[in-house]
Amino acid sequence: MSRIQLVHLAHARSGDKGDTANVGIIAYDPEHYPLLVEQLTSEKVKAFFGPMVKGEVERFELPNLSALNFLLHGALGGGGTMSLMNDAQGKVFSTALLRMEVEVPDDVAKAVRGRGRVPDGWEPKSGAYV
Amino acid sequence: MSSTDRTIRVASGQGFWGDDLEAPVRQVERGPIDYLMLDYLAEVTMSIMQKQRSRDPSAGYARDFVELMERIFPACIEKGVRVVTNAGGVNPVGCADALVEAGRAAGVGGKAKVGLVTGDDLMDRLDELLEQGHELRNMETDEPLSTIRDQVQSANAYIGATPIVKALEKGADVIVTGRSTDTALTYGPLMHEFGWAPDDWNRIAAGVIAGHINECGAQCTGGNCLIDWWKLEGMAEIGFPIVEVSPDGSFVVTKHDGTGGRVTRASVAEQILYEMGDPHEYITPDVIAEFTSIQLEEIGTNRVRVDGVKGRAATDFLKVSIAYAGGWKATGTLTYSWPDAAAKARGAAQILRERLDRLGLEFDEVRTELVGWDSTHGALVGEPPADLPEVQLRVGVRSDDRAAVERFTREIAPLVLTGPPSVTGFAGGRPRVQQIMAYWPALIRKEAVQPHLQVEVKDV
Repeated sequence: MSRIQLVHLAHARSGDKGDTANVGIIAYDPEHYPLLVEQLTSEKVKAFFGPMVKGEVERFELPNLSALNFLLHGALGGGGTMSLMNDAQGKVFSTALLRMEVEVPDDVAKAVRGRGRVPDGWEPKSGAYV
Repeated sequence: MSSTDRTIRVASGQGFWGDDLEAPVRQVERGPIDYLMLDYLAEVTMSIMQKQRSRDPSAGYARDFVELMERIFPACIEKGVRVVTNAGGVNPVGCADALVEAGRAAGVGGKAKVGLVTGDDLMDRLDELLEQGHELRNMETDEPLSTIRDQVQSANAYIGATPIVKALEKGADVIVTGRSTDTALTYGPLMHEFGWAPDDWNRIAAGVIAGHINECGAQCTGGNCLIDWWKLEGMAEIGFPIVEVSPDGSFVVTKHDGTGGRVTRASVAEQILYEMGDPHEYITPDVIAEFTSIQLEEIGTNRVRVDGVKGRAATDFLKVSIAYAGGWKATGTLTYSWPDAAAKARGAAQILRERLDRLGLEFDEVRTELVGWDSTHGALVGEPPADLPEVQLRVGVRSDDRAAVERFTREIAPLVLTGPPSVTGFAGGRPRVQQIMAYWPALIRKEAVQPHLQVEVKDV
Protein backbone atom coordinates (compact mmCIF):
# COMPACT_ATOMS: atom_id res chain seq x y z
CA MET A 1 0.00 0.00 0.00
CA SER A 2 1.06 3.63 -0.61
CA ARG A 3 0.00 6.91 0.93
CA ILE A 4 -0.89 9.57 -1.65
CA GLN A 5 -2.63 12.94 -1.55
CA LEU A 6 -6.29 12.97 -2.48
CA VAL A 7 -5.55 15.56 -5.19
CA HIS A 8 -4.37 12.72 -7.45
CA LEU A 9 -7.61 10.73 -7.08
CA ALA A 10 -10.34 13.34 -7.10
CA HIS A 11 -11.38 16.83 -8.08
CA ALA A 12 -13.52 18.97 -5.84
CA ARG A 13 -15.70 22.03 -5.46
CA SER A 14 -16.85 23.89 -2.38
CA GLY A 15 -19.36 26.55 -1.46
CA ASP A 16 -21.15 28.01 1.56
CA LYS A 17 -24.48 28.11 3.34
CA GLY A 18 -24.15 30.49 6.25
CA ASP A 19 -21.37 29.27 8.54
CA THR A 20 -21.25 25.84 6.85
CA ALA A 21 -18.85 25.02 4.03
CA ASN A 22 -19.65 22.15 1.69
CA VAL A 23 -16.95 20.18 -0.07
CA GLY A 24 -17.90 17.91 -2.95
CA ILE A 25 -15.23 15.33 -3.82
CA ILE A 26 -15.49 13.60 -7.21
CA ALA A 27 -13.35 10.59 -8.18
CA TYR A 28 -11.52 11.12 -11.48
CA ASP A 29 -11.99 7.42 -12.13
CA PRO A 30 -15.26 5.85 -10.94
CA GLU A 31 -13.26 2.72 -10.05
CA HIS A 32 -11.63 4.69 -7.23
CA TYR A 33 -14.94 5.80 -5.71
CA PRO A 34 -15.10 2.83 -3.27
CA LEU A 35 -11.64 3.81 -2.00
CA LEU A 36 -12.95 7.30 -1.21
CA VAL A 37 -16.03 5.89 0.53
CA GLU A 38 -13.84 3.64 2.66
CA GLN A 39 -11.16 6.18 3.56
CA LEU A 40 -12.88 9.55 3.70
CA THR A 41 -15.09 8.94 6.70
CA SER A 42 -16.62 11.97 8.39
CA GLU A 43 -14.52 11.20 11.50
CA LYS A 44 -11.28 11.26 9.50
CA VAL A 45 -12.23 14.45 7.70
CA LYS A 46 -13.18 16.11 11.00
CA ALA A 47 -9.82 15.05 12.50
CA PHE A 48 -7.97 16.26 9.39
CA PHE A 49 -9.39 19.79 9.63
CA GLY A 50 -8.96 19.93 13.41
CA PRO A 51 -9.80 23.37 14.88
CA MET A 52 -10.59 24.77 11.40
CA VAL A 53 -14.02 23.10 11.65
CA LYS A 54 -15.74 23.99 14.93
CA GLY A 55 -18.87 21.89 14.45
CA GLU A 56 -19.72 18.48 13.06
CA VAL A 57 -18.72 16.99 9.73
CA GLU A 58 -21.55 15.29 7.85
CA ARG A 59 -20.97 13.03 4.85
CA PHE A 60 -23.36 12.11 2.04
CA GLU A 61 -22.74 9.53 -0.69
CA LEU A 62 -23.55 10.10 -4.37
CA PRO A 63 -22.51 6.89 -6.13
CA ASN A 64 -24.27 8.09 -9.30
CA LEU A 65 -21.66 10.86 -9.62
CA SER A 66 -18.79 8.91 -7.99
CA ALA A 67 -18.89 11.69 -5.45
CA LEU A 68 -19.03 12.41 -1.72
CA ASN A 69 -20.45 15.59 -0.25
CA PHE A 70 -19.16 16.86 3.09
CA LEU A 71 -20.80 19.53 5.20
CA LEU A 72 -18.29 21.26 7.48
CA HIS A 73 -20.33 23.05 10.13
CA GLY A 74 -18.86 26.10 11.85
CA ALA A 75 -16.00 26.39 9.35
CA LEU A 76 -16.39 29.94 8.08
CA GLY A 77 -15.85 32.20 11.09
CA GLY A 78 -19.55 33.10 11.26
CA GLY A 79 -20.00 32.98 7.49
CA GLY A 80 -20.85 35.48 4.77
CA THR A 81 -20.49 39.11 5.77
CA MET A 82 -19.72 38.31 9.43
CA SER A 83 -16.53 36.36 8.75
CA LEU A 84 -13.06 37.92 8.94
CA MET A 85 -11.55 35.10 6.89
CA ASN A 86 -9.95 35.67 3.50
CA ASP A 87 -11.97 32.66 2.35
CA ALA A 88 -15.19 33.79 4.05
CA GLN A 89 -17.36 31.87 1.58
CA GLY A 90 -15.39 28.64 1.71
CA LYS A 91 -14.50 28.78 -1.96
CA VAL A 92 -11.21 26.93 -1.51
CA PHE A 93 -12.02 24.52 1.30
CA SER A 94 -12.30 22.03 -1.55
CA THR A 95 -8.58 22.16 -2.28
CA ALA A 96 -7.75 22.05 1.43
CA LEU A 97 -9.35 18.61 1.65
CA LEU A 98 -7.40 17.48 -1.44
CA ARG A 99 -4.24 17.75 0.70
CA MET A 100 -5.41 14.82 2.81
CA GLU A 101 -3.45 11.60 2.45
CA VAL A 102 -5.21 8.34 1.68
CA GLU A 103 -3.91 4.79 1.55
CA VAL A 104 -4.21 3.07 -1.81
CA PRO A 105 -2.81 -0.08 -3.45
CA ASP A 106 0.62 0.49 -5.01
CA ASP A 107 -0.65 0.02 -8.58
CA VAL A 108 -3.27 2.74 -8.05
CA ALA A 109 -0.63 5.10 -6.65
CA LYS A 110 1.51 4.47 -9.72
CA ALA A 111 -1.38 4.93 -12.16
CA VAL A 112 -2.47 8.31 -10.75
CA ARG A 113 0.98 9.85 -10.26
CA GLY A 114 0.94 13.49 -11.40
CA ARG A 115 -2.85 13.49 -11.96
CA GLY A 116 -4.57 16.68 -10.84
CA ARG A 117 -1.44 18.84 -11.07
CA VAL A 118 -0.24 21.20 -13.81
CA PRO A 119 2.48 19.52 -15.89
CA ASP A 120 6.06 20.78 -15.49
CA GLY A 121 6.97 23.61 -17.82
CA TRP A 122 3.38 24.67 -18.50
CA GLU A 123 2.93 28.35 -19.49
CA PRO A 124 -0.28 30.27 -20.26
CA LYS A 125 -0.66 31.17 -23.94
CA SER A 126 -2.84 33.64 -25.80
CA GLY A 127 -6.22 32.44 -27.09
CA ALA A 128 -5.88 29.15 -25.33
CA TYR A 129 -4.31 27.79 -22.22
CA VAL A 130 -2.90 24.85 -24.19
CA MET B 1 -51.26 27.39 -20.37
CA SER B 2 -49.18 26.62 -23.45
CA SER B 3 -47.70 23.22 -24.14
CA THR B 4 -45.00 22.48 -26.68
CA ASP B 5 -43.41 19.26 -27.97
CA ARG B 6 -40.07 20.75 -28.93
CA THR B 7 -37.03 21.19 -26.71
CA ILE B 8 -36.67 24.55 -24.99
CA ARG B 9 -33.27 26.20 -24.71
CA VAL B 10 -32.74 28.17 -21.51
CA ALA B 11 -29.41 30.00 -21.53
CA SER B 12 -27.57 31.28 -18.47
CA GLY B 13 -26.16 34.79 -18.80
CA GLN B 14 -24.99 35.75 -15.29
CA GLY B 15 -24.02 33.56 -12.36
CA PHE B 16 -23.72 36.35 -9.82
CA TRP B 17 -23.80 40.14 -9.53
CA GLY B 18 -20.41 41.07 -10.97
CA ASP B 19 -20.16 38.27 -13.55
CA ASP B 20 -18.77 38.55 -17.12
CA LEU B 21 -20.73 41.41 -18.72
CA GLU B 22 -20.17 40.10 -22.26
CA ALA B 23 -21.50 36.60 -21.57
CA PRO B 24 -25.22 37.37 -21.92
CA VAL B 25 -24.52 39.26 -25.14
CA ARG B 26 -22.82 36.15 -26.54
CA GLN B 27 -25.74 34.00 -25.44
CA VAL B 28 -28.20 36.13 -27.41
CA GLU B 29 -26.01 36.70 -30.49
CA ARG B 30 -24.10 33.46 -31.06
CA GLY B 31 -26.92 30.99 -31.56
CA PRO B 32 -30.57 30.15 -30.97
CA ILE B 33 -32.00 30.29 -27.45
CA ASP B 34 -35.55 30.63 -26.15
CA TYR B 35 -34.90 32.11 -22.71
CA LEU B 36 -32.07 33.97 -21.05
CA MET B 37 -31.89 33.62 -17.28
CA LEU B 38 -29.78 36.05 -15.27
CA ASP B 39 -29.04 35.26 -11.63
CA TYR B 40 -27.73 38.20 -9.63
CA LEU B 41 -28.46 37.18 -6.05
CA ALA B 42 -26.63 35.38 -3.26
CA GLU B 43 -26.94 35.43 0.52
CA VAL B 44 -24.35 38.20 0.68
CA THR B 45 -25.77 40.15 -2.29
CA MET B 46 -29.12 40.92 -0.64
CA SER B 47 -27.26 42.48 2.29
CA ILE B 48 -25.13 44.63 -0.02
CA MET B 49 -28.18 45.79 -1.98
CA GLN B 50 -29.93 46.59 1.27
CA LYS B 51 -26.99 48.78 2.30
CA GLN B 52 -27.19 50.62 -1.03
CA ARG B 53 -30.94 51.17 -0.68
CA SER B 54 -30.49 52.56 2.82
CA ARG B 55 -28.22 55.26 1.34
CA ASP B 56 -30.32 55.84 -1.82
CA PRO B 57 -33.99 54.75 -1.91
CA SER B 58 -33.88 54.39 -5.72
CA ALA B 59 -31.02 51.82 -5.47
CA GLY B 60 -31.02 48.25 -4.18
CA TYR B 61 -31.05 46.28 -7.44
CA ALA B 62 -28.46 45.16 -10.00
CA ARG B 63 -27.86 48.22 -12.16
CA ASP B 64 -25.64 46.06 -14.37
CA PHE B 65 -28.80 44.35 -15.56
CA VAL B 66 -30.40 47.58 -16.77
CA GLU B 67 -27.23 48.55 -18.65
CA LEU B 68 -27.12 45.07 -20.18
CA MET B 69 -30.73 45.33 -21.38
CA GLU B 70 -29.97 48.64 -23.09
CA ARG B 71 -27.57 46.62 -25.24
CA ILE B 72 -29.57 43.45 -25.86
CA PHE B 73 -33.24 44.47 -25.57
CA PRO B 74 -33.74 45.00 -29.36
CA ALA B 75 -32.06 41.67 -30.23
CA CYS B 76 -34.12 39.82 -27.61
CA ILE B 77 -37.39 41.23 -28.98
CA GLU B 78 -36.39 40.57 -32.57
CA LYS B 79 -35.37 36.95 -31.88
CA GLY B 80 -38.13 36.21 -29.41
CA VAL B 81 -35.72 35.56 -26.53
CA ARG B 82 -37.49 36.11 -23.21
CA VAL B 83 -35.44 37.20 -20.22
CA VAL B 84 -36.04 36.10 -16.61
CA THR B 85 -34.01 37.64 -13.78
CA ASN B 86 -33.91 38.25 -10.05
CA ALA B 87 -31.96 41.47 -10.67
CA GLY B 88 -34.66 43.33 -8.73
CA GLY B 89 -32.93 42.43 -5.46
CA VAL B 90 -34.45 44.43 -2.61
CA ASN B 91 -36.01 46.96 -5.01
CA PRO B 92 -37.70 45.18 -7.95
CA VAL B 93 -40.06 48.12 -8.52
CA GLY B 94 -37.12 50.50 -9.02
CA CYS B 95 -35.44 47.95 -11.26
CA ALA B 96 -38.53 47.49 -13.47
CA ASP B 97 -38.97 51.28 -13.79
CA ALA B 98 -35.35 51.66 -14.88
CA LEU B 99 -35.79 48.75 -17.28
CA VAL B 100 -38.81 50.37 -18.95
CA GLU B 101 -36.76 53.53 -19.46
CA ALA B 102 -33.81 51.54 -20.77
CA GLY B 103 -36.14 49.76 -23.21
CA ARG B 104 -37.44 53.05 -24.55
CA ALA B 105 -33.89 54.37 -24.91
CA ALA B 106 -32.98 51.17 -26.77
CA GLY B 107 -35.85 51.63 -29.21
CA VAL B 108 -38.26 48.90 -28.15
CA GLY B 109 -40.93 51.32 -26.89
CA GLY B 110 -44.37 49.95 -27.82
CA LYS B 111 -42.89 46.57 -28.76
CA ALA B 112 -42.08 45.01 -25.41
CA LYS B 113 -43.66 44.13 -22.08
CA VAL B 114 -41.94 44.04 -18.70
CA GLY B 115 -43.20 41.71 -15.98
CA LEU B 116 -42.71 42.71 -12.36
CA VAL B 117 -43.00 40.25 -9.47
CA THR B 118 -43.39 41.68 -5.96
CA GLY B 119 -44.49 40.44 -2.58
CA ASP B 120 -41.33 38.59 -1.50
CA ASP B 121 -40.35 41.62 0.61
CA LEU B 122 -41.59 41.00 4.17
CA MET B 123 -39.97 44.03 5.81
CA ASP B 124 -43.14 46.14 6.11
CA ARG B 125 -45.11 43.15 7.39
CA LEU B 126 -42.54 41.91 9.88
CA ASP B 127 -44.20 43.05 13.12
CA GLU B 128 -47.58 41.83 11.91
CA LEU B 129 -46.05 38.43 11.09
CA LEU B 130 -44.33 38.21 14.49
CA GLU B 131 -47.60 39.12 16.22
CA GLN B 132 -49.37 36.38 14.28
CA GLY B 133 -46.94 33.90 15.78
CA HIS B 134 -44.44 33.51 12.94
CA GLU B 135 -41.27 33.37 15.06
CA LEU B 136 -38.83 33.31 12.12
CA ARG B 137 -36.32 31.32 14.16
CA ASN B 138 -32.76 31.22 12.84
CA MET B 139 -32.37 27.92 11.00
CA GLU B 140 -28.83 27.52 12.31
CA THR B 141 -29.15 28.65 15.94
CA ASP B 142 -32.92 28.22 16.55
CA GLU B 143 -33.12 31.68 18.17
CA PRO B 144 -36.36 33.59 17.54
CA LEU B 145 -36.14 36.74 15.41
CA SER B 146 -37.44 38.84 18.31
CA THR B 147 -33.89 38.75 19.79
CA ILE B 148 -32.60 40.95 16.93
CA ARG B 149 -35.84 42.55 15.67
CA ASP B 150 -34.51 46.10 16.09
CA GLN B 151 -31.46 45.35 13.95
CA VAL B 152 -33.33 43.88 10.96
CA GLN B 153 -32.64 45.73 7.72
CA SER B 154 -34.38 43.51 5.19
CA ALA B 155 -36.44 40.32 5.06
CA ASN B 156 -37.30 38.53 1.83
CA ALA B 157 -38.97 35.20 1.21
CA TYR B 158 -37.40 32.95 -1.40
CA ILE B 159 -40.25 32.58 -3.86
CA GLY B 160 -40.75 29.92 -6.51
CA ALA B 161 -41.86 29.74 -10.12
CA THR B 162 -45.60 30.47 -9.88
CA PRO B 163 -45.35 34.25 -10.37
CA ILE B 164 -42.81 33.81 -13.19
CA VAL B 165 -45.19 31.43 -14.98
CA LYS B 166 -48.01 33.95 -14.50
CA ALA B 167 -45.94 36.79 -15.94
CA LEU B 168 -45.04 34.65 -18.96
CA GLU B 169 -48.72 33.79 -19.47
CA LYS B 170 -49.49 37.50 -19.46
CA GLY B 171 -47.00 38.00 -22.28
CA ALA B 172 -44.05 39.56 -20.46
CA ASP B 173 -40.85 39.62 -22.53
CA VAL B 174 -38.61 40.45 -19.60
CA ILE B 175 -39.45 39.45 -16.05
CA VAL B 176 -37.90 41.12 -13.02
CA THR B 177 -38.27 39.57 -9.59
CA GLY B 178 -36.88 40.15 -6.13
CA ARG B 179 -35.72 37.14 -4.14
CA SER B 180 -36.83 34.41 -6.54
CA THR B 181 -34.85 31.26 -6.01
CA ASP B 182 -31.98 31.05 -8.48
CA THR B 183 -33.36 27.81 -9.92
CA ALA B 184 -36.89 29.16 -10.54
CA LEU B 185 -35.44 31.48 -13.19
CA THR B 186 -34.81 28.33 -15.27
CA TYR B 187 -37.66 26.00 -14.33
CA GLY B 188 -40.33 28.75 -14.38
CA PRO B 189 -40.04 29.05 -18.17
CA LEU B 190 -40.06 25.24 -18.47
CA MET B 191 -43.27 24.91 -16.45
CA HIS B 192 -44.80 27.58 -18.66
CA GLU B 193 -43.68 26.03 -21.96
CA PHE B 194 -44.47 22.41 -21.16
CA GLY B 195 -47.53 22.98 -19.00
CA TRP B 196 -46.15 20.75 -16.24
CA ALA B 197 -48.73 20.32 -13.49
CA PRO B 198 -47.74 21.77 -10.09
CA ASP B 199 -47.54 18.21 -8.69
CA ASP B 200 -45.52 16.74 -11.57
CA TRP B 201 -42.70 16.32 -9.06
CA ASN B 202 -40.14 14.46 -11.17
CA ARG B 203 -40.28 16.92 -14.06
CA ILE B 204 -40.24 20.00 -11.89
CA ALA B 205 -37.31 18.49 -9.97
CA ALA B 206 -35.53 17.96 -13.31
CA GLY B 207 -36.15 21.64 -14.03
CA VAL B 208 -34.67 22.50 -10.63
CA ILE B 209 -31.50 20.54 -11.43
CA ALA B 210 -31.32 22.29 -14.82
CA GLY B 211 -31.63 25.54 -12.89
CA HIS B 212 -28.94 24.55 -10.40
CA ILE B 213 -26.57 23.79 -13.29
CA ASN B 214 -27.41 27.12 -14.98
CA GLU B 215 -27.38 29.34 -11.91
CA CYS B 216 -23.63 29.81 -11.59
CA GLY B 217 -22.93 30.64 -15.21
CA ALA B 218 -19.64 29.32 -16.56
CA GLN B 219 -18.94 27.35 -13.40
CA CYS B 220 -20.30 24.31 -15.28
CA THR B 221 -18.59 25.03 -18.63
CA GLY B 222 -14.98 25.05 -17.47
CA GLY B 223 -14.82 28.16 -15.28
CA ASN B 224 -13.48 27.58 -11.76
CA CYS B 225 -13.28 23.92 -12.75
CA LEU B 226 -10.47 21.96 -11.14
CA ILE B 227 -10.28 19.12 -13.61
CA ASP B 228 -7.52 19.72 -16.22
CA TRP B 229 -8.14 23.47 -16.11
CA TRP B 230 -4.81 24.14 -17.83
CA LYS B 231 -6.02 22.35 -20.97
CA LEU B 232 -9.04 24.62 -21.54
CA GLU B 233 -9.18 26.69 -24.70
CA GLY B 234 -10.74 30.02 -25.57
CA MET B 235 -11.37 31.08 -22.00
CA ALA B 236 -11.30 34.78 -22.95
CA GLU B 237 -14.68 34.13 -24.57
CA ILE B 238 -15.94 31.31 -22.41
CA GLY B 239 -19.34 29.93 -23.37
CA PHE B 240 -21.98 30.07 -20.66
CA PRO B 241 -24.28 27.07 -20.25
CA ILE B 242 -27.47 26.37 -22.15
CA VAL B 243 -29.89 23.66 -21.04
CA GLU B 244 -31.90 22.07 -23.86
CA VAL B 245 -34.88 20.61 -22.09
CA SER B 246 -37.34 18.03 -23.44
CA PRO B 247 -40.99 17.93 -22.39
CA ASP B 248 -40.26 14.86 -20.20
CA GLY B 249 -37.75 16.91 -18.16
CA SER B 250 -34.58 15.24 -19.41
CA PHE B 251 -32.08 17.74 -20.74
CA VAL B 252 -28.72 18.32 -22.38
CA VAL B 253 -26.20 20.81 -21.00
CA THR B 254 -24.30 22.53 -23.79
CA LYS B 255 -22.92 25.92 -24.95
CA HIS B 256 -22.78 27.83 -28.21
CA ASP B 257 -20.33 26.63 -30.86
CA GLY B 258 -17.27 28.82 -31.19
CA THR B 259 -17.17 29.82 -27.54
CA GLY B 260 -14.43 28.75 -25.12
CA GLY B 261 -14.45 26.39 -22.19
CA ARG B 262 -15.77 22.85 -22.08
CA VAL B 263 -18.88 20.92 -21.07
CA THR B 264 -18.08 17.45 -19.79
CA ARG B 265 -19.47 14.98 -17.29
CA ALA B 266 -16.85 16.24 -14.81
CA SER B 267 -17.55 19.95 -15.32
CA VAL B 268 -21.28 19.38 -14.81
CA ALA B 269 -20.71 17.10 -11.81
CA GLU B 270 -18.60 19.79 -10.11
CA GLN B 271 -21.38 22.32 -10.50
CA ILE B 272 -24.01 19.88 -9.26
CA LEU B 273 -22.02 19.54 -6.02
CA TYR B 274 -21.62 23.31 -5.56
CA GLU B 275 -23.30 24.60 -2.38
CA MET B 276 -24.93 21.21 -1.91
CA GLY B 277 -26.46 20.26 1.42
CA ASP B 278 -28.18 16.90 1.89
CA PRO B 279 -28.31 15.46 -1.67
CA HIS B 280 -31.49 13.55 -0.84
CA GLU B 281 -33.41 16.75 -0.30
CA TYR B 282 -32.70 19.90 -2.24
CA ILE B 283 -35.61 21.95 -0.96
CA THR B 284 -37.19 24.57 -3.21
CA PRO B 285 -40.55 26.34 -2.91
CA ASP B 286 -42.07 24.09 -5.59
CA VAL B 287 -40.52 20.64 -5.10
CA ILE B 288 -37.93 18.67 -3.16
CA ALA B 289 -35.35 17.45 -5.66
CA GLU B 290 -33.13 14.42 -5.27
CA PHE B 291 -29.49 14.52 -6.42
CA THR B 292 -28.67 10.86 -5.86
CA SER B 293 -30.67 9.58 -8.84
CA ILE B 294 -29.20 11.93 -11.47
CA GLN B 295 -27.49 10.22 -14.39
CA LEU B 296 -24.93 12.10 -16.52
CA GLU B 297 -23.83 10.96 -19.96
CA GLU B 298 -21.52 12.59 -22.51
CA ILE B 299 -23.39 12.29 -25.80
CA GLY B 300 -21.13 14.50 -27.92
CA THR B 301 -18.56 17.27 -27.78
CA ASN B 302 -19.73 19.79 -25.19
CA ARG B 303 -23.00 17.90 -24.74
CA VAL B 304 -23.90 16.21 -21.46
CA ARG B 305 -27.26 14.54 -21.08
CA VAL B 306 -28.92 14.69 -17.65
CA ASP B 307 -31.67 12.22 -16.82
CA GLY B 308 -33.25 10.23 -13.99
CA VAL B 309 -34.03 13.15 -11.70
CA LYS B 310 -36.56 12.38 -8.99
CA GLY B 311 -38.65 14.78 -6.97
CA ARG B 312 -41.29 14.77 -4.29
CA ALA B 313 -43.86 17.11 -2.79
CA ALA B 314 -42.63 20.49 -1.60
CA THR B 315 -42.76 21.47 2.07
CA ASP B 316 -45.32 23.87 3.56
CA PHE B 317 -42.63 26.48 4.13
CA LEU B 318 -40.63 29.10 2.29
CA LYS B 319 -37.13 30.07 3.31
CA VAL B 320 -36.68 33.68 4.38
CA SER B 321 -33.46 35.64 3.90
CA ILE B 322 -33.10 38.25 6.64
CA ALA B 323 -30.29 40.80 6.85
CA TYR B 324 -29.59 42.50 10.18
CA ALA B 325 -27.06 45.04 11.37
CA GLY B 326 -24.52 42.81 13.08
CA GLY B 327 -21.77 45.20 14.15
CA TRP B 328 -18.68 46.51 12.39
CA LYS B 329 -15.53 45.10 10.88
CA ALA B 330 -12.35 46.14 9.11
CA THR B 331 -9.40 44.35 7.57
CA GLY B 332 -5.88 45.78 7.21
CA THR B 333 -2.91 44.42 5.28
CA LEU B 334 0.86 44.96 5.14
CA THR B 335 3.46 43.10 3.06
CA TYR B 336 6.72 41.78 4.56
CA SER B 337 9.73 40.61 2.52
CA TRP B 338 12.53 38.04 2.86
CA PRO B 339 14.43 37.30 5.02
CA ASP B 340 12.14 35.84 7.66
CA ALA B 341 9.04 37.38 6.12
CA ALA B 342 6.55 35.28 8.11
CA ALA B 343 8.36 35.95 11.41
CA LYS B 344 8.20 39.69 10.78
CA ALA B 345 4.51 39.54 9.91
CA ARG B 346 3.72 37.57 13.06
CA GLY B 347 5.84 39.93 15.13
CA ALA B 348 3.90 42.87 13.74
CA ALA B 349 0.58 41.18 14.52
CA GLN B 350 1.69 40.67 18.12
CA ILE B 351 2.63 44.33 18.52
CA LEU B 352 -0.68 45.38 16.99
CA ARG B 353 -2.66 43.18 19.38
CA GLU B 354 -0.78 44.62 22.36
CA ARG B 355 -1.50 48.16 21.24
CA LEU B 356 -5.20 47.40 20.78
CA ASP B 357 -5.24 45.89 24.30
CA ARG B 358 -3.49 48.89 25.83
CA LEU B 359 -6.03 51.18 24.19
CA GLY B 360 -8.72 49.18 26.00
CA LEU B 361 -10.49 48.31 22.76
CA GLU B 362 -12.79 45.31 22.82
CA PHE B 363 -13.42 43.11 19.84
CA ASP B 364 -15.54 40.01 19.33
CA GLU B 365 -12.76 38.62 17.18
CA VAL B 366 -9.27 39.58 16.02
CA ARG B 367 -8.08 37.33 13.21
CA THR B 368 -4.54 37.16 11.81
CA GLU B 369 -3.80 35.42 8.50
CA LEU B 370 -0.70 35.30 6.34
CA VAL B 371 -1.73 35.71 2.72
CA GLY B 372 0.72 33.68 0.66
CA TRP B 373 0.96 31.08 3.40
CA ASP B 374 -2.05 30.10 5.50
CA SER B 375 -5.04 32.31 4.58
CA THR B 376 -6.73 29.57 2.55
CA HIS B 377 -5.68 26.27 4.07
CA GLY B 378 -5.06 27.40 7.65
CA ALA B 379 -3.11 25.21 10.02
CA LEU B 380 -3.05 22.37 7.46
CA VAL B 381 0.04 23.93 5.88
CA GLY B 382 2.20 23.90 9.03
CA GLU B 383 4.95 26.37 9.85
CA PRO B 384 6.12 28.79 7.12
CA PRO B 385 9.72 28.38 5.91
CA ALA B 386 12.27 31.06 6.89
CA ASP B 387 13.02 31.59 3.21
CA LEU B 388 9.48 32.46 2.18
CA PRO B 389 10.17 35.33 -0.27
CA GLU B 390 7.31 37.50 1.00
CA VAL B 391 4.02 37.36 2.83
CA GLN B 392 1.06 39.65 3.36
CA LEU B 393 -0.12 40.13 6.92
CA ARG B 394 -3.90 40.36 7.00
CA VAL B 395 -5.55 41.37 10.29
CA GLY B 396 -9.32 41.62 10.67
CA VAL B 397 -11.39 42.79 13.64
CA ARG B 398 -15.08 42.68 14.43
CA SER B 399 -17.00 44.55 17.14
CA ASP B 400 -20.36 46.05 18.03
CA ASP B 401 -18.41 49.19 18.93
CA ARG B 402 -17.84 51.17 15.75
CA ALA B 403 -15.30 53.45 17.47
CA ALA B 404 -13.12 50.48 18.36
CA VAL B 405 -13.06 49.29 14.74
CA GLU B 406 -12.40 52.86 13.59
CA ARG B 407 -9.40 53.11 15.92
CA PHE B 408 -8.09 49.76 14.67
CA THR B 409 -7.96 51.17 11.13
CA ARG B 410 -5.54 53.85 12.41
CA GLU B 411 -3.22 51.34 14.01
CA ILE B 412 -2.06 49.60 10.80
CA ALA B 413 0.06 52.29 9.14
CA PRO B 414 2.06 53.12 12.32
CA LEU B 415 3.49 49.59 12.20
CA VAL B 416 5.50 50.62 9.15
CA LEU B 417 7.89 52.76 11.20
CA THR B 418 7.29 51.29 14.64
CA GLY B 419 7.40 47.54 14.01
CA PRO B 420 9.44 44.85 12.27
CA PRO B 421 11.45 45.89 9.18
CA SER B 422 11.19 45.36 5.41
CA VAL B 423 7.52 46.22 5.19
CA THR B 424 5.65 47.73 2.25
CA GLY B 425 2.27 47.64 0.55
CA PHE B 426 0.50 50.27 2.63
CA ALA B 427 -0.06 52.83 -0.13
CA GLY B 428 -3.78 52.13 -0.24
CA GLY B 429 -4.32 54.12 2.93
CA ARG B 430 -6.32 53.22 6.00
CA PRO B 431 -8.66 50.24 5.88
CA ARG B 432 -12.35 51.00 5.51
CA VAL B 433 -14.80 50.39 8.35
CA GLN B 434 -17.63 48.18 7.09
CA GLN B 435 -21.02 47.68 8.66
CA ILE B 436 -21.82 43.99 8.88
CA MET B 437 -25.13 42.99 7.36
CA ALA B 438 -25.45 39.61 8.95
CA TYR B 439 -27.54 36.78 7.53
CA TRP B 440 -30.46 35.23 9.37
CA PRO B 441 -32.06 32.32 7.50
CA ALA B 442 -35.54 31.37 8.67
CA LEU B 443 -38.67 29.53 7.54
CA ILE B 444 -42.19 30.83 7.14
CA ARG B 445 -45.44 29.10 6.29
CA LYS B 446 -46.30 29.54 2.63
CA GLU B 447 -49.77 30.92 3.30
CA ALA B 448 -48.19 33.92 5.04
CA VAL B 449 -46.47 34.96 1.79
CA GLN B 450 -48.12 33.50 -1.28
CA PRO B 451 -51.38 35.50 -1.20
CA HIS B 452 -49.24 38.66 -1.20
CA LEU B 453 -47.30 37.85 -4.38
CA GLN B 454 -48.22 40.15 -7.23
CA VAL B 455 -47.51 40.05 -10.93
CA GLU B 456 -47.76 43.24 -12.94
CA VAL B 457 -47.06 43.58 -16.65
CA LYS B 458 -46.10 47.01 -18.00
CA ASP B 459 -45.74 48.23 -21.58
CA VAL B 460 -42.35 49.60 -22.47
